[in-house]
Amino acid sequence: MHAVASVAALWRREVIKFVRDRSRLLGALIQPLGLWLLLGLGFQQTFQIPGAGASGMNYLEFLFPGIIALMILFTAIFSTISVVEERTSGFLQVAVAAPLSRTVLVFGNALGGTTLAVFQAALFFVLLPLIGFSVGLPGLALVVISSIFLGLAFTALGFGIAWRMKTTRGFHAVMNLFLLPLWFLSGALFPAEGASPVLAWLIYLNPVSYGVDLIRQGLYWPAEAPIALASVGLSLAITAGLAVVLLAWAVYTVRQPLYGEG
Amino acid sequence: MSHANGSHTTAGTAIETKNLSHAYGIQQALREVSLTIAGGSMMGLLGPNGSGKTTFFRILTTLLQPSSGTVRVMGLDPNAAPHAVRQQLGVVFQDTALDDELTVEENLRFHGALYGVPSAVLSERIGTLLDRFGLTDRRSAYVKTLSGGLQRRADLCRGLLHRPKILLLDEPTTGLDPAARHAFWQTLRTVQQQEQMTIILATHLMGEAERCTDVGILDRGRLVVQGPPAQLTSDLGTEVLLLETPEPSALQDRIEAQFGVATQQVGAMVQITEGAKQELLTSLYDAFADQITSATIRKPTLEDVFMAYAGYHLNRRPTDTPIAPPANARS
Repeated sequence: MHAVASVAALWRREVIKFVRDRSRLLGALIQPLGLWLLLGLGFQQTFQIPGAGASGMNYLEFLFPGIIALMILFTAIFSTISVVEERTSGFLQVAVAAPLSRTVLVFGNALGGTTLAVFQAALFFVLLPLIGFSVGLPGLALVVISSIFLGLAFTALGFGIAWRMKTTRGFHAVMNLFLLPLWFLSGALFPAEGASPVLAWLIYLNPVSYGVDLIRQGLYWPAEAPIALASVGLSLAITAGLAVVLLAWAVYTVRQPLYGEG
Repeated sequence: MSHANGSHTTAGTAIETKNLSHAYGIQQALREVSLTIAGGSMMGLLGPNGSGKTTFFRILTTLLQPSSGTVRVMGLDPNAAPHAVRQQLGVVFQDTALDDELTVEENLRFHGALYGVPSAVLSERIGTLLDRFGLTDRRSAYVKTLSGGLQRRADLCRGLLHRPKILLLDEPTTGLDPAARHAFWQTLRTVQQQEQMTIILATHLMGEAERCTDVGILDRGRLVVQGPPAQLTSDLGTEVLLLETPEPSALQDRIEAQFGVATQQVGAMVQITEGAKQELLTSLYDAFADQITSATIRKPTLEDVFMAYAGYHLNRRPTDTPIAPPANARS
Protein backbone atom coordinates (compact mmCIF):
# COMPACT_ATOMS: atom_id res chain seq x y z
CA MET A 1 0.00 0.00 0.00
CA HIS A 2 2.76 2.36 0.99
CA ALA A 3 4.55 1.62 -2.28
CA VAL A 4 1.43 2.27 -4.34
CA ALA A 5 0.75 5.53 -2.54
CA SER A 6 4.36 6.56 -3.11
CA VAL A 7 4.22 5.75 -6.82
CA ALA A 8 1.00 7.76 -7.02
CA ALA A 9 2.62 10.69 -5.23
CA LEU A 10 5.65 10.62 -7.55
CA TRP A 11 3.36 10.44 -10.57
CA ARG A 12 1.30 13.36 -9.33
CA ARG A 13 4.40 15.44 -8.75
CA GLU A 14 5.58 14.90 -12.33
CA VAL A 15 2.23 15.80 -13.78
CA ILE A 16 1.73 18.92 -11.66
CA LYS A 17 5.21 20.20 -12.48
CA PHE A 18 4.67 19.61 -16.17
CA VAL A 19 1.30 21.33 -16.29
CA ARG A 20 2.69 24.37 -14.45
CA ASP A 21 5.63 24.68 -16.78
CA ARG A 22 4.02 26.02 -19.94
CA SER A 23 7.29 26.55 -21.76
CA ARG A 24 8.07 22.88 -21.43
CA LEU A 25 4.63 21.99 -22.71
CA LEU A 26 4.93 24.28 -25.69
CA GLY A 27 8.50 23.37 -26.48
CA ALA A 28 7.78 19.67 -26.56
CA LEU A 29 4.90 20.36 -28.91
CA ILE A 30 6.29 22.96 -31.29
CA GLN A 31 9.62 21.32 -32.00
CA PRO A 32 8.22 18.09 -33.47
CA LEU A 33 5.45 20.01 -35.21
CA GLY A 34 7.99 22.26 -36.87
CA LEU A 35 10.17 19.35 -37.86
CA TRP A 36 7.19 17.53 -39.30
CA LEU A 37 6.14 20.50 -41.42
CA LEU A 38 9.68 21.31 -42.50
CA LEU A 39 10.60 17.82 -43.61
CA GLY A 40 7.11 16.85 -44.75
CA LEU A 41 6.62 19.85 -46.99
CA GLY A 42 10.27 20.06 -47.98
CA PHE A 43 10.47 16.55 -49.36
CA GLN A 44 6.90 16.56 -50.65
CA GLN A 45 7.84 16.12 -54.31
CA THR A 46 11.08 14.23 -53.79
CA PHE A 47 9.81 11.45 -51.61
CA GLN A 48 8.51 8.26 -53.11
CA ILE A 49 7.48 5.09 -51.36
CA PRO A 50 9.48 2.19 -52.72
CA GLY A 51 7.31 -0.30 -54.57
CA ALA A 52 4.11 1.59 -53.98
CA GLY A 53 4.34 3.56 -57.17
CA ALA A 54 2.07 6.59 -57.15
CA SER A 55 -0.14 5.38 -54.33
CA GLY A 56 -0.70 8.93 -53.29
CA MET A 57 1.11 8.74 -49.95
CA ASN A 58 2.98 11.96 -49.39
CA TYR A 59 5.88 12.55 -47.05
CA LEU A 60 3.80 14.39 -44.46
CA GLU A 61 1.72 11.27 -44.10
CA PHE A 62 4.70 8.95 -44.02
CA LEU A 63 6.48 11.04 -41.41
CA PHE A 64 3.54 11.38 -39.06
CA PRO A 65 4.00 8.16 -37.02
CA GLY A 66 7.69 8.93 -36.62
CA ILE A 67 6.93 12.42 -35.36
CA ILE A 68 4.60 11.02 -32.74
CA ALA A 69 7.37 8.65 -31.69
CA LEU A 70 9.88 11.50 -31.58
CA MET A 71 7.62 13.51 -29.33
CA ILE A 72 7.23 10.57 -26.98
CA LEU A 73 10.95 9.92 -26.90
CA PHE A 74 11.79 13.53 -26.14
CA THR A 75 9.10 14.14 -23.55
CA ALA A 76 9.88 10.86 -21.81
CA ILE A 77 13.63 11.30 -21.73
CA PHE A 78 13.65 14.92 -20.70
CA SER A 79 11.16 14.37 -17.91
CA THR A 80 14.03 12.59 -16.18
CA ILE A 81 16.66 15.29 -16.57
CA SER A 82 15.90 16.79 -13.15
CA VAL A 83 17.01 13.49 -11.61
CA VAL A 84 20.64 14.46 -12.21
CA GLU A 85 20.49 17.40 -9.83
CA GLU A 86 17.89 16.12 -7.43
CA ARG A 87 20.00 13.10 -6.64
CA THR A 88 22.79 15.06 -4.99
CA SER A 89 20.83 18.06 -3.80
CA GLY A 90 17.15 18.18 -3.41
CA PHE A 91 14.32 15.78 -3.22
CA LEU A 92 15.96 12.53 -4.34
CA GLN A 93 18.71 12.97 -1.79
CA VAL A 94 16.00 12.80 0.83
CA ALA A 95 13.86 10.22 -0.98
CA VAL A 96 16.68 7.65 -0.93
CA ALA A 97 16.80 8.04 2.86
CA ALA A 98 13.05 7.36 3.14
CA PRO A 99 11.87 3.88 4.14
CA LEU A 100 11.10 3.08 0.56
CA SER A 101 12.44 0.76 -2.10
CA ARG A 102 14.21 2.64 -4.86
CA THR A 103 12.25 0.56 -7.34
CA VAL A 104 9.32 2.75 -6.37
CA LEU A 105 11.24 5.81 -7.51
CA VAL A 106 11.77 4.26 -10.94
CA PHE A 107 8.15 3.32 -11.41
CA GLY A 108 6.75 6.57 -10.06
CA ASN A 109 8.94 8.55 -12.42
CA ALA A 110 8.37 6.24 -15.37
CA LEU A 111 4.61 6.41 -15.02
CA GLY A 112 4.70 10.17 -14.60
CA GLY A 113 6.95 10.71 -17.61
CA THR A 114 4.93 8.30 -19.72
CA THR A 115 1.70 10.08 -18.87
CA LEU A 116 3.19 13.34 -20.07
CA ALA A 117 4.54 11.74 -23.22
CA VAL A 118 1.27 10.11 -24.16
CA PHE A 119 -0.62 13.28 -23.36
CA GLN A 120 1.65 15.25 -25.68
CA ALA A 121 1.22 12.67 -28.41
CA ALA A 122 -2.53 12.81 -27.98
CA LEU A 123 -2.47 16.53 -28.68
CA PHE A 124 -1.15 15.60 -32.12
CA PHE A 125 -4.05 13.31 -32.83
CA VAL A 126 -6.26 16.28 -33.65
CA LEU A 127 -4.16 16.69 -36.78
CA LEU A 128 -5.09 13.24 -38.00
CA PRO A 129 -8.12 14.20 -40.11
CA LEU A 130 -6.13 17.01 -41.74
CA ILE A 131 -3.80 14.56 -43.41
CA GLY A 132 -6.47 12.13 -44.38
CA PHE A 133 -6.36 9.58 -41.58
CA SER A 134 -9.63 8.34 -40.19
CA VAL A 135 -8.58 6.22 -37.28
CA GLY A 136 -11.08 4.02 -35.49
CA LEU A 137 -10.99 3.19 -31.80
CA PRO A 138 -9.05 -0.09 -32.15
CA GLY A 139 -6.43 1.65 -34.27
CA LEU A 140 -6.17 4.49 -31.79
CA ALA A 141 -5.83 1.96 -28.98
CA LEU A 142 -2.88 0.45 -30.81
CA VAL A 143 -1.26 3.87 -31.15
CA VAL A 144 -1.79 4.62 -27.47
CA ILE A 145 -0.49 1.23 -26.33
CA SER A 146 2.60 1.66 -28.42
CA SER A 147 3.05 5.20 -27.05
CA ILE A 148 2.82 3.87 -23.50
CA PHE A 149 5.46 1.22 -24.08
CA LEU A 150 7.79 3.68 -25.77
CA GLY A 151 7.18 6.17 -22.97
CA LEU A 152 7.99 3.62 -20.26
CA ALA A 153 11.06 2.44 -22.13
CA PHE A 154 12.50 5.91 -22.54
CA THR A 155 11.68 7.31 -19.11
CA ALA A 156 13.39 4.23 -17.71
CA LEU A 157 16.39 4.77 -19.98
CA GLY A 158 16.53 8.44 -19.04
CA PHE A 159 16.19 7.69 -15.34
CA GLY A 160 18.96 5.11 -15.40
CA ILE A 161 21.31 7.41 -17.26
CA ALA A 162 20.44 10.45 -15.16
CA TRP A 163 21.14 8.42 -12.02
CA ARG A 164 24.70 7.83 -13.19
CA MET A 165 25.37 11.36 -14.43
CA LYS A 166 26.99 14.09 -12.41
CA THR A 167 25.95 17.04 -14.58
CA THR A 168 22.98 17.82 -16.78
CA ARG A 169 25.44 18.68 -19.52
CA GLY A 170 26.68 15.12 -19.49
CA PHE A 171 23.11 13.92 -19.56
CA HIS A 172 22.38 15.97 -22.67
CA ALA A 173 25.48 14.64 -24.38
CA VAL A 174 24.68 11.02 -23.66
CA MET A 175 21.04 11.42 -24.59
CA ASN A 176 21.90 12.96 -27.93
CA LEU A 177 24.23 10.09 -28.54
CA PHE A 178 21.42 7.59 -27.93
CA LEU A 179 18.27 9.34 -28.84
CA LEU A 180 18.83 10.83 -32.25
CA PRO A 181 20.38 7.75 -33.91
CA LEU A 182 17.68 5.57 -32.42
CA TRP A 183 15.10 7.80 -34.00
CA PHE A 184 16.88 8.38 -37.32
CA LEU A 185 17.21 4.64 -37.78
CA SER A 186 13.72 3.67 -36.71
CA GLY A 187 12.02 3.85 -40.08
CA ALA A 188 10.58 7.18 -38.99
CA LEU A 189 12.39 9.27 -41.62
CA PHE A 190 12.74 6.69 -44.38
CA PRO A 191 11.53 3.12 -44.76
CA ALA A 192 13.90 0.19 -44.49
CA GLU A 193 12.90 -1.09 -47.92
CA GLY A 194 14.34 1.80 -49.89
CA ALA A 195 17.48 2.24 -47.80
CA SER A 196 20.91 0.78 -48.44
CA PRO A 197 21.31 -2.74 -46.99
CA VAL A 198 23.39 -1.63 -44.03
CA LEU A 199 20.87 0.99 -42.97
CA ALA A 200 18.01 -1.40 -43.61
CA TRP A 201 19.61 -3.90 -41.25
CA LEU A 202 20.14 -1.24 -38.62
CA ILE A 203 16.47 -0.37 -38.86
CA TYR A 204 15.50 -4.00 -38.44
CA LEU A 205 17.82 -4.34 -35.44
CA ASN A 206 16.62 -1.15 -33.76
CA PRO A 207 13.84 -2.01 -31.30
CA VAL A 208 12.42 1.52 -31.60
CA SER A 209 11.56 0.76 -35.24
CA TYR A 210 8.87 -1.63 -34.05
CA GLY A 211 7.31 1.01 -31.82
CA VAL A 212 7.17 3.39 -34.76
CA ASP A 213 5.82 0.56 -36.88
CA LEU A 214 3.11 -0.15 -34.35
CA ILE A 215 2.02 3.48 -34.38
CA ARG A 216 1.97 3.40 -38.18
CA GLN A 217 -0.08 0.22 -38.29
CA GLY A 218 -2.52 1.65 -35.74
CA LEU A 219 -3.12 4.71 -37.90
CA TYR A 220 -4.20 2.54 -40.85
CA TRP A 221 -5.96 -0.17 -38.87
CA PRO A 222 -7.84 -2.29 -39.84
CA ALA A 223 -6.43 -1.77 -43.34
CA GLU A 224 -2.87 -2.81 -43.93
CA ALA A 225 -0.26 -0.09 -43.53
CA PRO A 226 1.59 0.72 -46.77
CA ILE A 227 5.03 0.07 -45.30
CA ALA A 228 4.77 -2.39 -42.48
CA LEU A 229 7.99 -3.57 -40.84
CA ALA A 230 6.59 -6.64 -39.12
CA SER A 231 3.29 -8.13 -38.05
CA VAL A 232 1.33 -6.24 -35.41
CA GLY A 233 1.93 -9.06 -32.96
CA LEU A 234 5.69 -9.02 -33.41
CA SER A 235 5.94 -5.23 -33.25
CA LEU A 236 3.84 -5.24 -30.08
CA ALA A 237 5.99 -7.94 -28.49
CA ILE A 238 9.26 -6.17 -29.30
CA THR A 239 8.03 -2.76 -28.12
CA ALA A 240 6.70 -4.25 -24.87
CA GLY A 241 9.93 -6.19 -24.46
CA LEU A 242 11.97 -3.01 -24.84
CA ALA A 243 9.96 -1.36 -22.05
CA VAL A 244 10.43 -4.34 -19.75
CA VAL A 245 14.16 -4.60 -20.38
CA LEU A 246 14.83 -0.89 -19.89
CA LEU A 247 12.69 -0.73 -16.73
CA ALA A 248 14.57 -3.72 -15.34
CA TRP A 249 17.86 -2.02 -16.19
CA ALA A 250 16.75 1.20 -14.46
CA VAL A 251 15.71 -0.73 -11.36
CA TYR A 252 19.06 -2.53 -11.35
CA THR A 253 20.86 0.79 -11.72
CA VAL A 254 19.15 2.57 -8.83
CA ARG A 255 19.57 -0.40 -6.54
CA GLN A 256 23.35 -0.17 -6.74
CA PRO A 257 25.01 1.44 -3.71
CA LEU A 258 24.99 5.21 -4.07
CA TYR A 259 28.46 5.85 -2.80
CA GLY A 260 30.97 3.47 -4.26
CA GLU A 261 34.39 2.53 -3.13
CA GLY A 262 35.75 5.81 -4.35
CA MET B 1 21.57 12.21 31.04
CA SER B 2 19.49 9.24 32.06
CA HIS B 3 15.76 9.53 32.61
CA ALA B 4 15.47 5.82 33.00
CA ASN B 5 11.84 4.91 33.06
CA GLY B 6 9.08 4.33 30.58
CA SER B 7 9.65 2.85 27.14
CA HIS B 8 7.99 5.77 25.35
CA THR B 9 10.30 8.49 26.48
CA THR B 10 13.34 9.56 24.54
CA ALA B 11 15.61 8.33 27.29
CA GLY B 12 18.21 5.72 26.66
CA THR B 13 20.61 5.60 23.80
CA ALA B 14 19.63 6.98 20.43
CA ILE B 15 22.78 6.07 18.58
CA GLU B 16 25.74 3.96 19.46
CA THR B 17 28.74 3.24 17.28
CA LYS B 18 31.74 1.09 18.04
CA ASN B 19 35.02 1.38 16.15
CA LEU B 20 33.19 2.64 13.12
CA SER B 21 35.50 3.04 10.14
CA HIS B 22 34.95 3.70 6.50
CA ALA B 23 37.24 4.06 3.54
CA TYR B 24 36.35 5.16 0.03
CA GLY B 25 38.95 3.08 -1.73
CA ILE B 26 42.20 4.22 -0.15
CA GLN B 27 40.68 7.37 1.33
CA GLN B 28 40.00 6.82 4.99
CA ALA B 29 36.90 8.90 5.80
CA LEU B 30 36.08 7.58 9.27
CA ARG B 31 38.54 6.07 11.71
CA GLU B 32 37.42 3.96 14.65
CA VAL B 33 34.64 6.24 15.77
CA SER B 34 33.05 5.06 19.01
CA LEU B 35 30.26 7.36 20.00
CA THR B 36 27.17 7.23 22.18
CA ILE B 37 24.41 9.74 21.67
CA ALA B 38 21.87 9.90 24.47
CA GLY B 39 18.18 10.03 23.68
CA GLY B 40 16.75 13.55 23.87
CA SER B 41 20.11 15.24 23.50
CA MET B 42 21.21 17.68 20.86
CA MET B 43 24.51 16.47 19.56
CA GLY B 44 26.71 18.68 17.43
CA LEU B 45 29.32 17.05 15.24
CA LEU B 46 31.89 19.76 14.72
CA GLY B 47 34.57 19.53 12.08
CA PRO B 48 35.68 21.09 8.84
CA ASN B 49 34.62 19.80 5.43
CA GLY B 50 36.02 16.36 4.87
CA SER B 51 36.27 15.48 8.54
CA GLY B 52 33.83 12.59 8.16
CA LYS B 53 30.48 14.16 9.08
CA THR B 54 28.81 13.41 5.76
CA THR B 55 30.14 9.86 5.75
CA PHE B 56 28.82 9.38 9.27
CA PHE B 57 25.36 10.56 8.18
CA ARG B 58 25.41 8.32 5.12
CA ILE B 59 26.08 5.34 7.35
CA LEU B 60 23.29 6.30 9.76
CA THR B 61 20.80 6.70 6.91
CA THR B 62 21.82 3.25 5.61
CA LEU B 63 23.06 4.66 2.30
CA LEU B 64 26.57 3.47 2.97
CA GLN B 65 27.85 0.27 4.53
CA PRO B 66 30.77 0.96 6.84
CA SER B 67 34.02 -0.84 6.12
CA SER B 68 34.16 -2.02 9.71
CA GLY B 69 32.65 -1.42 13.13
CA THR B 70 29.07 -1.48 14.36
CA VAL B 71 26.19 1.01 14.45
CA ARG B 72 22.92 0.89 16.33
CA VAL B 73 20.15 3.38 15.67
CA MET B 74 17.49 3.16 18.36
CA GLY B 75 18.88 -0.30 18.98
CA LEU B 76 18.47 -1.32 15.34
CA ASP B 77 21.17 -2.46 12.97
CA PRO B 78 21.02 -0.40 9.74
CA ASN B 79 22.34 -3.33 7.72
CA ALA B 80 19.75 -5.76 8.95
CA ALA B 81 16.75 -3.43 9.01
CA PRO B 82 17.39 -0.44 6.74
CA HIS B 83 13.76 0.56 6.35
CA ALA B 84 13.05 0.34 10.07
CA VAL B 85 16.06 2.57 10.71
CA ARG B 86 15.05 5.10 8.06
CA GLN B 87 11.56 5.29 9.56
CA GLN B 88 13.18 6.50 12.81
CA LEU B 89 15.13 9.23 11.07
CA GLY B 90 14.21 12.64 9.81
CA VAL B 91 16.80 14.19 7.51
CA VAL B 92 17.35 17.81 6.62
CA PHE B 93 20.24 18.66 4.35
CA GLN B 94 22.00 21.82 3.39
CA ASP B 95 19.92 21.99 0.20
CA THR B 96 16.20 21.87 0.84
CA ALA B 97 14.40 18.89 -0.61
CA LEU B 98 11.41 21.00 -1.59
CA ASP B 99 10.21 21.51 -5.11
CA ASP B 100 10.12 25.16 -6.13
CA GLU B 101 7.23 24.65 -8.49
CA LEU B 102 4.98 23.08 -5.87
CA THR B 103 3.23 24.73 -2.95
CA VAL B 104 4.34 24.13 0.62
CA GLU B 105 1.41 21.83 1.24
CA GLU B 106 1.90 19.87 -2.00
CA ASN B 107 5.51 19.31 -1.06
CA LEU B 108 4.63 18.12 2.41
CA ARG B 109 1.91 15.78 1.15
CA PHE B 110 4.31 14.33 -1.34
CA HIS B 111 6.96 13.57 1.26
CA GLY B 112 4.38 12.31 3.74
CA ALA B 113 3.37 9.71 1.17
CA LEU B 114 6.98 8.59 0.77
CA TYR B 115 7.11 7.90 4.50
CA GLY B 116 3.81 6.06 4.45
CA VAL B 117 1.93 8.57 6.59
CA PRO B 118 -1.80 7.87 6.04
CA SER B 119 -3.47 10.82 4.35
CA ALA B 120 -5.94 11.62 7.15
CA VAL B 121 -3.14 11.69 9.72
CA LEU B 122 -1.01 13.64 7.28
CA SER B 123 -3.50 16.51 6.93
CA GLU B 124 -3.62 17.00 10.66
CA ARG B 125 0.12 16.68 11.04
CA ILE B 126 0.77 19.24 8.31
CA GLY B 127 -1.62 21.64 10.00
CA THR B 128 0.09 21.22 13.37
CA LEU B 129 3.60 21.60 12.03
CA LEU B 130 2.86 24.61 9.85
CA ASP B 131 1.21 26.26 12.81
CA ARG B 132 4.16 25.51 15.05
CA PHE B 133 6.59 26.90 12.50
CA GLY B 134 4.52 30.00 11.79
CA LEU B 135 3.92 28.94 8.20
CA THR B 136 0.15 28.49 8.25
CA ASP B 137 -0.44 31.45 5.97
CA ARG B 138 2.14 30.09 3.50
CA ARG B 139 0.43 26.74 3.17
CA SER B 140 -0.65 27.38 -0.42
CA ALA B 141 2.32 29.50 -1.44
CA TYR B 142 4.76 28.22 -4.03
CA VAL B 143 8.05 27.33 -2.41
CA LYS B 144 9.92 29.56 -4.86
CA THR B 145 8.14 32.61 -3.40
CA LEU B 146 9.43 31.91 0.11
CA SER B 147 12.56 33.49 1.59
CA GLY B 148 15.55 31.27 2.31
CA GLY B 149 14.73 31.18 6.01
CA LEU B 150 11.12 30.18 5.44
CA GLN B 151 12.13 27.54 2.94
CA ARG B 152 14.46 26.07 5.51
CA ARG B 153 11.69 26.01 8.07
CA ALA B 154 9.31 24.37 5.61
CA ASP B 155 12.00 21.80 4.92
CA LEU B 156 12.28 21.15 8.64
CA CYS B 157 8.51 20.53 8.67
CA ARG B 158 9.08 18.03 5.92
CA GLY B 159 11.70 16.20 7.93
CA LEU B 160 9.34 15.91 10.90
CA LEU B 161 6.18 14.70 9.14
CA HIS B 162 6.58 11.06 10.13
CA ARG B 163 7.45 11.82 13.75
CA PRO B 164 11.08 10.68 13.61
CA LYS B 165 12.83 9.77 16.86
CA ILE B 166 16.06 11.23 15.56
CA LEU B 167 16.52 14.29 13.41
CA LEU B 168 19.69 14.56 11.34
CA LEU B 169 20.63 18.08 10.30
CA ASP B 170 23.49 18.55 7.87
CA GLU B 171 24.74 22.15 7.91
CA PRO B 172 21.15 23.33 8.26
CA THR B 173 21.72 27.08 8.40
CA THR B 174 24.19 27.45 5.54
CA GLY B 175 23.30 30.43 3.42
CA LEU B 176 20.96 31.98 5.99
CA ASP B 177 21.47 35.50 7.26
CA PRO B 178 22.01 35.94 11.02
CA ALA B 179 18.38 36.82 11.72
CA ALA B 180 17.05 33.81 9.84
CA ARG B 181 19.67 31.64 11.52
CA HIS B 182 18.57 32.85 14.93
CA ALA B 183 14.91 32.22 14.10
CA PHE B 184 15.76 28.75 12.84
CA TRP B 185 17.44 27.86 16.11
CA GLN B 186 14.56 29.21 18.16
CA THR B 187 12.18 26.98 16.25
CA LEU B 188 14.49 24.01 16.51
CA ARG B 189 14.67 24.22 20.30
CA THR B 190 10.91 24.48 20.71
CA VAL B 191 10.31 21.65 18.32
CA GLN B 192 12.79 19.38 20.02
CA GLN B 193 10.95 19.79 23.30
CA GLN B 194 7.54 19.29 21.76
CA GLU B 195 8.54 16.31 19.67
CA GLN B 196 10.80 14.73 22.28
CA MET B 197 13.46 13.71 19.88
CA THR B 198 17.18 13.49 19.53
CA ILE B 199 18.88 15.93 17.21
CA ILE B 200 22.23 15.31 15.56
CA LEU B 201 23.72 18.25 13.81
CA ALA B 202 26.71 18.27 11.51
CA THR B 203 28.36 21.65 11.31
CA HIS B 204 31.61 23.42 10.67
CA LEU B 205 30.43 26.48 12.58
CA MET B 206 31.52 26.86 16.15
CA GLY B 207 28.50 29.01 16.97
CA GLU B 208 26.15 26.21 16.04
CA ALA B 209 28.02 23.57 18.00
CA GLU B 210 27.94 25.81 21.08
CA ARG B 211 24.16 25.67 21.10
CA CYS B 212 24.15 21.89 21.41
CA THR B 213 23.96 19.93 24.66
CA ASP B 214 26.80 17.72 23.52
CA VAL B 215 29.61 18.19 21.04
CA GLY B 216 31.78 15.68 19.26
CA ILE B 217 34.82 17.01 17.44
CA LEU B 218 35.84 15.23 14.26
CA ASP B 219 39.29 15.62 12.82
CA ARG B 220 40.19 13.75 9.63
CA GLY B 221 37.74 10.96 10.37
CA ARG B 222 38.63 10.60 14.03
CA LEU B 223 36.41 11.56 16.94
CA VAL B 224 38.98 13.41 19.03
CA VAL B 225 36.81 14.46 21.95
CA GLN B 226 33.18 14.41 23.02
CA GLY B 227 31.34 16.21 25.82
CA PRO B 228 29.10 19.13 26.74
CA PRO B 229 30.55 22.32 25.21
CA ALA B 230 30.96 24.03 28.58
CA GLN B 231 32.97 21.12 29.86
CA LEU B 232 35.15 20.92 26.77
CA THR B 233 36.08 24.56 27.02
CA SER B 234 36.58 24.55 30.79
CA ASP B 235 38.88 21.56 30.42
CA LEU B 236 41.26 23.91 28.63
CA GLY B 237 41.39 26.12 31.73
CA THR B 238 39.99 29.56 32.33
CA GLU B 239 42.11 31.29 29.74
CA VAL B 240 43.95 30.47 26.59
CA LEU B 241 46.87 32.38 25.14
CA LEU B 242 47.42 32.72 21.42
CA LEU B 243 50.62 34.09 19.98
CA GLU B 244 50.99 35.09 16.38
CA THR B 245 54.51 34.73 15.06
CA PRO B 246 56.42 34.48 11.79
CA GLU B 247 58.17 31.31 12.97
CA PRO B 248 55.80 29.25 15.10
CA SER B 249 57.99 26.14 15.35
CA ALA B 250 61.02 28.07 16.51
CA LEU B 251 59.03 30.07 19.04
CA GLN B 252 57.35 26.94 20.28
CA ASP B 253 60.67 25.23 20.92
CA ARG B 254 62.06 28.18 22.76
CA ILE B 255 59.04 28.63 24.99
CA GLU B 256 59.04 24.99 25.91
CA ALA B 257 62.75 24.98 26.61
CA GLN B 258 62.81 28.20 28.59
CA PHE B 259 59.48 28.15 30.43
CA GLY B 260 58.59 24.48 30.50
CA VAL B 261 54.96 24.95 29.44
CA ALA B 262 53.26 22.76 26.87
CA THR B 263 52.44 24.53 23.62
CA GLN B 264 50.53 23.72 20.52
CA GLN B 265 51.26 24.97 17.05
CA VAL B 266 48.17 26.01 15.13
CA GLY B 267 48.92 27.33 11.69
CA ALA B 268 50.94 30.50 12.17
CA MET B 269 50.08 30.62 15.86
CA VAL B 270 51.23 29.10 19.08
CA GLN B 271 48.48 28.12 21.50
CA ILE B 272 49.12 27.80 25.22
CA THR B 273 46.44 26.44 27.50
CA GLU B 274 48.28 25.85 30.77
CA GLY B 275 49.71 28.16 33.36
CA ALA B 276 48.82 31.71 34.41
CA LYS B 277 48.48 33.54 31.09
CA GLN B 278 48.90 37.14 32.16
CA GLU B 279 52.18 36.55 33.96
CA LEU B 280 53.39 34.21 31.27
CA LEU B 281 52.66 36.69 28.54
CA THR B 282 54.63 39.40 30.33
CA SER B 283 57.63 37.10 30.61
CA LEU B 284 57.25 35.97 27.03
CA TYR B 285 57.29 39.56 25.80
CA ASP B 286 60.42 40.20 27.81
CA ALA B 287 62.12 37.16 26.30
CA PHE B 288 60.93 37.08 22.68
CA ALA B 289 59.48 40.52 21.94
CA ASP B 290 60.90 40.49 18.41
CA GLN B 291 59.22 37.18 17.52
CA ILE B 292 55.69 37.88 18.67
CA THR B 293 53.55 39.77 16.20
CA SER B 294 50.45 39.79 18.38
CA ALA B 295 49.08 38.06 21.44
CA THR B 296 45.57 37.28 22.60
CA ILE B 297 44.30 36.04 25.92
CA ARG B 298 40.74 34.84 25.89
CA LYS B 299 38.23 32.56 27.54
CA PRO B 300 38.50 29.25 25.71
CA THR B 301 35.98 28.68 22.95
CA LEU B 302 35.13 25.53 21.04
CA GLU B 303 37.48 26.84 18.38
CA ASP B 304 40.30 26.65 20.93
CA VAL B 305 39.19 23.15 21.84
CA PHE B 306 39.27 22.21 18.20
CA MET B 307 42.72 23.74 17.73
CA ALA B 308 44.07 22.09 20.85
CA TYR B 309 43.04 18.65 19.61
CA ALA B 310 43.44 19.00 15.86
CA GLY B 311 46.38 21.37 15.63
CA TYR B 312 44.83 23.65 13.03
CA HIS B 313 42.11 26.23 12.67
CA LEU B 314 38.59 24.89 12.42
CA ASN B 315 37.96 26.26 8.97
CA ARG B 316 41.48 26.62 7.69
CA ARG B 317 42.53 23.06 7.23
CA PRO B 318 46.00 22.21 6.03
CA THR B 319 45.81 21.14 2.42
CA ASP B 320 47.98 18.05 2.72
CA THR B 321 45.21 15.73 3.87
CA PRO B 322 42.23 15.85 1.53
CA ILE B 323 39.63 13.37 2.75
CA ALA B 324 36.48 14.76 1.19
CA PRO B 325 33.97 11.98 0.47
CA PRO B 326 33.42 11.42 -3.26
CA ALA B 327 30.17 11.76 -5.19
CA ASN B 328 29.18 14.80 -3.23
CA ALA B 329 28.31 17.74 -5.41
CA ARG B 330 28.44 20.30 -2.67
CA SER B 331 30.55 23.36 -2.94
